[in-house]
Amino acid sequence: MLYRIWTIFIARTKEFYRDRTAFGWNVIFPLLIIIGFSVVFRSESSPLLKVGIVASDGSGKDNTKNTQFEEFMKLKYIDFIVFQSKDKAIDSLQKFKVDMVLDTQHNTYFINDSSPNGYIAEKLLKGAGSNHTFFSRYSFKGQGIRYVEWLFPGILGMNAMFNSLYGVGYVLVMYRKNGILKRFSVAPVRPFEFLTAQILSRMFVMLATTIIVYIGTFLLYGFQCKGSLLTLLLVFALGGFCMISLGLLIASRSDSQEFADGLINIITWPMMFLSEVWFSLEGARPWVQKISQLLPLTPIVESARMVMNEGASLFDIRYHVLYLVAISGIFLLAGSVLFRWDRK
Amino acid sequence: MDYILQVHNLYKYYPGVKAVDDVSFAIPYGICFGLLGPNGAGKTTTIEVIEGIQKPDRGTILYKGKPRDQHFKQEVGIQLQHTELQQYLTVKEILLTFRNLYARRAPLDELVSLCYLEEIQDRDNRKISGGQKQRLLLAIALANDPELLFLDEPTTGLDPQARRHVWDIVQSIKKKGKTVILTTHYMEEAQTLCDVVAIMDRGKIIAMDSPVNLLNEHCRGVTIALPSSIDENILHQMNCEWHKVNNTIEIYTEKPHDCLSLLIDNNVDITGMVVRSQNLEDLFLKLTGTQLRA
Repeated sequence: MLYRIWTIFIARTKEFYRDRTAFGWNVIFPLLIIIGFSVVFRSESSPLLKVGIVASDGSGKDNTKNTQFEEFMKLKYIDFIVFQSKDKAIDSLQKFKVDMVLDTQHNTYFINDSSPNGYIAEKLLKGAGSNHTFFSRYSFKGQGIRYVEWLFPGILGMNAMFNSLYGVGYVLVMYRKNGILKRFSVAPVRPFEFLTAQILSRMFVMLATTIIVYIGTFLLYGFQCKGSLLTLLLVFALGGFCMISLGLLIASRSDSQEFADGLINIITWPMMFLSEVWFSLEGARPWVQKISQLLPLTPIVESARMVMNEGASLFDIRYHVLYLVAISGIFLLAGSVLFRWDRK
Repeated sequence: MDYILQVHNLYKYYPGVKAVDDVSFAIPYGICFGLLGPNGAGKTTTIEVIEGIQKPDRGTILYKGKPRDQHFKQEVGIQLQHTELQQYLTVKEILLTFRNLYARRAPLDELVSLCYLEEIQDRDNRKISGGQKQRLLLAIALANDPELLFLDEPTTGLDPQARRHVWDIVQSIKKKGKTVILTTHYMEEAQTLCDVVAIMDRGKIIAMDSPVNLLNEHCRGVTIALPSSIDENILHQMNCEWHKVNNTIEIYTEKPHDCLSLLIDNNVDITGMVVRSQNLEDLFLKLTGTQLRA
């Protein structure tokens, strides 16, 4: 039995790594996303607001020397953009490209009533220059994490999801359609042996690409994993296993690649947006957060972030791990029961 | 007599179709048994039910006198009609992959040599010709040195040379004393390779014997094929069986001399006329009224 599993494992793994496009895509895609996003968010102090300043027309009238304007210009996290004409500045304001426009020659400012950022900018402008304060200020000196460090576990989780669902789900449907599964079915191979080989091969591929991407990102950005690397590897191994099990369930009967593709899209897109891969759901509506907690990608991303960013131990992420084990078992059982070699 | 395979009253239905309708036969050890019939006759369904790919609705299948068990898959070799193989693997790697799934394994060099795979064994299996792929599929079916080999239309779509290669391989397998079951819609293939032929049509076996006996029993005469049109009254005067096949009239007779005299006496244009001995294709036409390759 083990020899048969090993044989099919080797064949499938060779098939994957010789497909240069698939192999390259699995490694390059997450790296490209991380590089892209880290370029976009490279500044540690990304501006929160954008304010347009209408440039002087040379008439000599300039009111920039007043205290309120000077104090406002000193505020951090505001990007001041100079416009050569008021019309252009107003046009940008109407298109939400800037949050407020200041015309210092005429001592006027413009905001877009539909823009929440405009409201904030207005309040900041009104408050600038006033030294009077009723509150005492306290601050914390914490070791913040860069956006790339927050993003990285999410990208790896997402890569594991795509890698597993397409690498197993889509491939098995293609095998069934092309008659490859039928050919294996007449050989002395049990479905359990065949599926185990597929799972192991994809786990191996997924973990190998995760490690390659981790090392690549580490060399590019020099961040570190605050928790144990072994724990992190376990999270991705378990996450990959869960997604592969889901892939087996998707591929259990269908022989239509279009159907499988659609099904994978229906499953992956909500997870992409609701599992905090790109942004936090802090402040989102409670029902959205509840749905998010049920999705398989959420415990993978959350626990990977806890390990990498907060140094969490295996004990700290035990509930995530248990949930992943439980849903993996359900997916695997359902996929095995429903599995058919042939399309009939 | 000892039979390696016995099939009794086999039925398989699809919605609205009796794909296999009360089929029975028994195959002795060491022969080549052919299921001959046109597309849709039920050959592949019959063979797939025996192979275990499909479940019968009724009927009994005995392998070596017993119902098939877990040893069946280990002991038989199967070549399916349409099979793609895993991509990016060489011919040798594919062969090794399937060979390693069996407890009993044929020597690799012997397989490669028997199926003429020496020159392509290191080639990506996506880059081999149709004939080479059929030979590879045949080698996969032989990977466990099987006692019983199933070949489902092994030469369909191949050019004459590639077909001849496959026939040579099957002849070599027969010489080793293996039992072969093959389906085909080529009567020449059945006549060349099979010791016993079962002719199938619409899910039923309509005749079964050795090709020689079948022809002796049903087709003792000759076939006169006339390319021109002919007055049906003349055909009726001949008092023998005839069919329109494509653009020719085929007349089956045990008295060719009388027929030819009648044609000449009636001034029928006999330019392009062919007179030949009858074959399994004629037999099929005679039994069913339709062409084998329809």
